[in-house]
Amino acid sequence: MTRQMTGAEMVVQALIDQGVEHLFGYPGGAVLPIYDELFQQDKVQHILVRQEGGAGHSAEGYARSTGKVGVALVTSGPGATNMVTPLTDALMDSIPMVCITGQVATHLIGSDAFQEADTVGITRPCTKHNWLVKDVNDLGRILHEAFYVARSGRPGPVVVDIPKDVQFATGTYQGPTRVEHKTYRPQVEGDPASILAAVEMIARAKKPIFYTGGGVINSGPEASQLLRELAHLTGFPVTSTLMGLGAFPATDKQWLGMLGMHGTYEANNAMHDCDVMINVGARFDDRITGRLDGFSPGSKKIHIDIDPSSINKNVRVDIGIVGDVAHVLKAMLAAWKSAGHKPDKAALKSWWGEIDRWRARNSLGFRQNSETILPQHAIRTLYERTRGKDVYISTEVGQHQMWAAQYFGFDEPNRWMTSGGLGTMGYGLPAAIGAQTAHRDALCIDIAGDASILMNIQELSTAIQHELPVKVFILNNQYMGMVRQWQQLLHGNRLSHSYTDSLPDFVKLAEAYGAIGMRCEKASELEGAIDAMIAARGPVLFDCRVANLANCFPMIPSGKAHNEMLLPEDATDEAIANAIDAAGKALV
Amino acid sequence: MQPGSVYAIKEGKDKTEQHTLSVLVDNEPGVLARVIGLFSGRGYNIESLTVSETEHEKHRSRITVVTMGPPQVIEQIKAQLERMVPVHRVIDLTVTGKAIERELLLIKVRGAGDDRVEALRLADAFRARVIDATTESFVFELTGRTDKLDQFILLMQPLGLVEVSRTGVAAITRGPDAT
Repeated sequence: MTRQMTGAEMVVQALIDQGVEHLFGYPGGAVLPIYDELFQQDKVQHILVRQEGGAGHSAEGYARSTGKVGVALVTSGPGATNMVTPLTDALMDSIPMVCITGQVATHLIGSDAFQEADTVGITRPCTKHNWLVKDVNDLGRILHEAFYVARSGRPGPVVVDIPKDVQFATGTYQGPTRVEHKTYRPQVEGDPASILAAVEMIARAKKPIFYTGGGVINSGPEASQLLRELAHLTGFPVTSTLMGLGAFPATDKQWLGMLGMHGTYEANNAMHDCDVMINVGARFDDRITGRLDGFSPGSKKIHIDIDPSSINKNVRVDIGIVGDVAHVLKAMLAAWKSAGHKPDKAALKSWWGEIDRWRARNSLGFRQNSETILPQHAIRTLYERTRGKDVYISTEVGQHQMWAAQYFGFDEPNRWMTSGGLGTMGYGLPAAIGAQTAHRDALCIDIAGDASILMNIQELSTAIQHELPVKVFILNNQYMGMVRQWQQLLHGNRLSHSYTDSLPDFVKLAEAYGAIGMRCEKASELEGAIDAMIAARGPVLFDCRVANLANCFPMIPSGKAHNEMLLPEDATDEAIANAIDAAGKALV
Repeated sequence: MQPGSVYAIKEGKDKTEQHTLSVLVDNEPGVLARVIGLFSGRGYNIESLTVSETEHEKHRSRITVVTMGPPQVIEQIKAQLERMVPVHRVIDLTVTGKAIERELLLIKVRGAGDDRVEALRLADAFRARVIDATTESFVFELTGRTDKLDQFILLMQPLGLVEVSRTGVAAITRGPDAT
């Protein structure tokens, strides 16, 4: 299927051929021909953002909530450089995204032309791959290759940089063909011998744990189902990284909660004391492992990952299986069943006994006993009031993000969008807009902090224009809470620039944008206020005033191991001031 | 050792090794920048780098890179290279063994009298070729292993060495088969 058309037509045709229904973008000089084509069709809906970064994060939220490739379209120069943060974010969190950037005309490249930037040079380290298209006859092929690369293997962002003269030029369009890529062919099936060895190891385990991550989500809904099946068949406890929440139901009795720096006491201690660790699609990130030489010292480790470079990168494992999570889990289940394996019931019983003792510490406990709303209570109430609804949650970055991860329960994959690897403040609102674009009737909530929300507040205008009724639930403590918490831990409680003076009146701000502003300051009024927010038909900015000095616990202080957690009841001022030693202070 | 850790880990347990990697890539624009960017971005070492298109009709290039690091870092470098989109394959010639490594040196030496005679005599002993000569200088061409070239440069130093240009290592396996 080849046809003559202009480069700009090819862009729109390629999007249609790839099944793209929505794209997020911002026009400018170097993409005007593409915008002209978008204007003359109605198959692809364009969501106009207010800053290019918003387009990138919206595309991420869209991708994360649908499993499809998110698409962004921006102009050259500043349009492209504003995309650098979302691209890096998507690379760190393995989010499939195709970003199309305009470029100055080919004969102007290198002349420091108006709005010229070396986009492929700038985005090379923050994309999975990128292309500068110099010949219109290559454009169709490259666009389809871009979608293939973005979604295959370990997903990630790609950039296609298209000079303006190439958009105007006429050439032959090459449609999507299912030919094998000449170099990029990621391994999907796991090595059978390694899978058998892993299953043998699992069958002999006495103190096992499943440590799951974003790879389960990226592998698709089937992977989550297979994980549940394997977990239930074996009866093993399950914990997950921040990125993997929802792959295993938070309401399941085998669920230990999130692990890592702000994970639960039971999850981290189980990781530390286990004898067999089964890492499914996670990458031994430093937020998870804590001090590496104290990381689960006695365990045999199995690691399933589609990216061979993830295996043995941070932690040496005993069995590394390169492959797609769903394919590998399916093979493991088959091997388990055909070998007639049974878990060691007696050993598991005593293992669960240990876990129950850790659980009894109730590391997420808090006491809401005054009118001042505790942030933990705010999230817990939001969770309870939205249960049973079709909910998608995004977050910004900071304390509120960790509280959301700790106190909001996710039972399904693709419901949770957060910036895990890069930690991008300002991610949540555009991500919620992206999710809402894909799920018009769902309840899309950005759990935000008062500092983070101001990083991309302009996107509220996008929500208004496109009638996307996102709810922004701000835990307002007037601080950059996580920065302050670390200043308390590391810098003698000298709160350097972490207090936000002159916060806007969020209710009036909402109204200025044409959204609904709400405020709640009393615990007794919280439920009613949240119900009103849910019932509101348009976008809402909800200013939830919470206890200003609440901190995020439990916590593994920097430089400490999983079994050296700081629990909320032990977190006195003195304990906080002395939690991190000199070596730990140099870390992040 | 766990090289990816942000935490303080005792260094020096694993010995640093030198490996020669042969990286077959699609010769598309930016591919070299991509490979070099990987090394600089992730803090790996490049001891030597040689690049040229080797299969013209297929637009393929061979990048020969000599790198240093502990075994785990070398494994990580290979895995990182292999997952790059335009990379066909990565061959660790140090592991496959039996590889031939050669480098080409051009060296300019200026001198008169005994120094000039001695330079010429040493060049002959090393089987270097004279490719340019004036009444007061020579340019020698020498190919060989890196240590041989290093040795020759060392010997030329007192005899009026002016400047040096070398290509970096090119390498290939022995025997009848392609890698």
